[in-house]
Amino acid sequence: MLITEENAYINEVSHEGDFLRRTFRAMLRARILENKLSSLYKAGKIVGGVYLGKGQEAISATLGASLIQGKDCFAPLIRDQAGRTAFGEPLIDCTRTYLGSVKGPMRGRDGNIHRGRPEMGMPAMISHLGAQVPLIAGMLFAKRLKGTLDGCVGATTVGDGATSTGAFHEGLNMAAVEKLPMVVVVANNQFAYSTPNSRQFACADLVERAAGYGIGGFSVDGTDLIACASVVGEAVRRARAGGGPQMVVAHLLRLGGHGEHDDGSYVPDSAKHDHYGRDCIEVAIQQLVEGGYAIVEEITAWQDEASEEVQRAVAQAQQEPVPDPYREDWSALSTRFPLHAQ
Amino acid sequence: MSGVTYIDAIREAQETLLREDPRVFLYGQDISNFGGAFKATKGLAEAFPNRVFDCPISEDAMIGLAVGAAIEGMRPIIEMQFADFSSIAFNQIVNQAATHYYRTGMPIPITVRLPSGGTPGSGPFHSQSMEGIYAHYPGLVVVTPATVSDAYHMLVDSVKLDDPVIYCEHKFLYRWLKAKSIKGDGLPIGQARIARPGKHATVVTYSAMVHEAVRAADRLQADGWEIEVVDLRSVKPLDLDTILASVARTGRLLALGEAFPWGGVTAEIVAKVTEEGFHLLDAPPQRLNARDTPVPYHPKLWAAHRPTPESICDALRKLLSF
Repeated sequence: MLITEENAYINEVSHEGDFLRRTFRAMLRARILENKLSSLYKAGKIVGGVYLGKGQEAISATLGASLIQGKDCFAPLIRDQAGRTAFGEPLIDCTRTYLGSVKGPMRGRDGNIHRGRPEMGMPAMISHLGAQVPLIAGMLFAKRLKGTLDGCVGATTVGDGATSTGAFHEGLNMAAVEKLPMVVVVANNQFAYSTPNSRQFACADLVERAAGYGIGGFSVDGTDLIACASVVGEAVRRARAGGGPQMVVAHLLRLGGHGEHDDGSYVPDSAKHDHYGRDCIEVAIQQLVEGGYAIVEEITAWQDEASEEVQRAVAQAQQEPVPDPYREDWSALSTRFPLHAQ
Repeated sequence: MSGVTYIDAIREAQETLLREDPRVFLYGQDISNFGGAFKATKGLAEAFPNRVFDCPISEDAMIGLAVGAAIEGMRPIIEMQFADFSSIAFNQIVNQAATHYYRTGMPIPITVRLPSGGTPGSGPFHSQSMEGIYAHYPGLVVVTPATVSDAYHMLVDSVKLDDPVIYCEHKFLYRWLKAKSIKGDGLPIGQARIARPGKHATVVTYSAMVHEAVRAADRLQADGWEIEVVDLRSVKPLDLDTILASVARTGRLLALGEAFPWGGVTAEIVAKVTEEGFHLLDAPPQRLNARDTPVPYHPKLWAAHRPTPESICDALRKLLSF
């Protein structure tokens, strides 16, 4: 269900240029989709929160694009629209969930970024940070027991804030003990809601934690698509080859508030004008053009295509039915009690 | 053959499940070659290589891993070393496992074994009864076996359910409670049992308190009172039909539990019976629980903290004299 045209040629990725183009297109689709979500929120068309991945598209999309949907598993977090898109989640899953369509994967029972298709290897996140780390470990552990783990990778992403949770620590340590092929990307966007790094952790770089867990550790400029592709690619390769868990810490800046309800006014100008304050999409366009991976006209065409796709996904979700409380199956259990004596 | 203990039954159920279902595996602290803190998994690691795993002291990650494995089609049984430590796993249990079916349509068939309840000298952090906490949350089945045969059959049935099950096994019953065999009466999860028939008052209870209630009932028999004891077997779902049928016979209700007194299973029973069976009651329904302090260490304090046959008799006399 998740396999899209874009995703279909993932198996034949060998050429760096193909990978970069595919990854960039996912970044672009995510950015355009999220800009639309922001407008819809501001127009009062979306109930609840809107949480964007602006500024995190490069690291997120390179992870999603490095995974093989149908074989690997991927637990995206709050700012992973680009990673979801690159992994193969159709945009309509996003608009349906934000707009409450019953045809979406969560059927109005959960919203926004709390969506997934666990049967396709993409579990639906809960809001409690760090919780997906052991969950992905469990999916991989099960594959090992079933004898299907060979060549598989499981990945999840967290932010700087989640690295302070017990779940993150427990999950990563457990994955290391179990020697699971797991990649954990830490997008250090400098702010957990409004809390800056200085009130979140005291080490120089979060990648130092990797040594403590006995796992591979990488640090990368999260605003640099080519660097992300190379580092995430290497981390995924190592995990896939049996090298155990890998942690990638990406340095970047959240280009917005925590959600669209938050103007992020606490982010100082110095951070915005810093190297990591640059927009990874703009950097990527420059890299693609200068590297000869794409021409400007092509990128403009991708942009137009993505805009149309987003319009269609929004329009379709908007005309679909929303849940009916009178027809809702108000059961939290799949088992229907009473059971009968055997 | 000297009979089967409650802990033997739990061990045998896991052996049966491992033998019959390749999707089952056991994950917990010290459960592999060591056989578990209470020996509930003794010999299973040797009998079933790569199916029984020791894990780090990471209760949150243990349940997180179990949920992930369940998504991949497995049926993990997680042993919490003590029910008390499941507080560390609370988030994964109530937010990850319990919400999953409602949110995504995919049920999570995990079974979490909670060695529950007090024993002399165990103190505040190795004695807790957590069933009321978990029963509060939608999306969990909470079972509380009181007999050797239920310990066996309800564990087997729990793993066969497609939903997450909190299996509360009582540590006080582990070695003390014996039966000739594990032969059961075929009752499904969700159905209560009349543990002792009577006609003057109903005690609705579960787990180890079933035995204390039966002792109290035996004592009151000398005074001519016939007390009915209902063993709930599972606290969620709650078998209100059996409870109401009993109250219809006796007209009097005492809800008895070993957990802390604020809210919880006994409060739910009284609320439900009052709502739906008010007309059946000849006296105000009563509750008897542990005291509202942490579970104390010293055996003398502990014995006075939990309900005893004496305090149950007192509560019943008050109920009968109304």
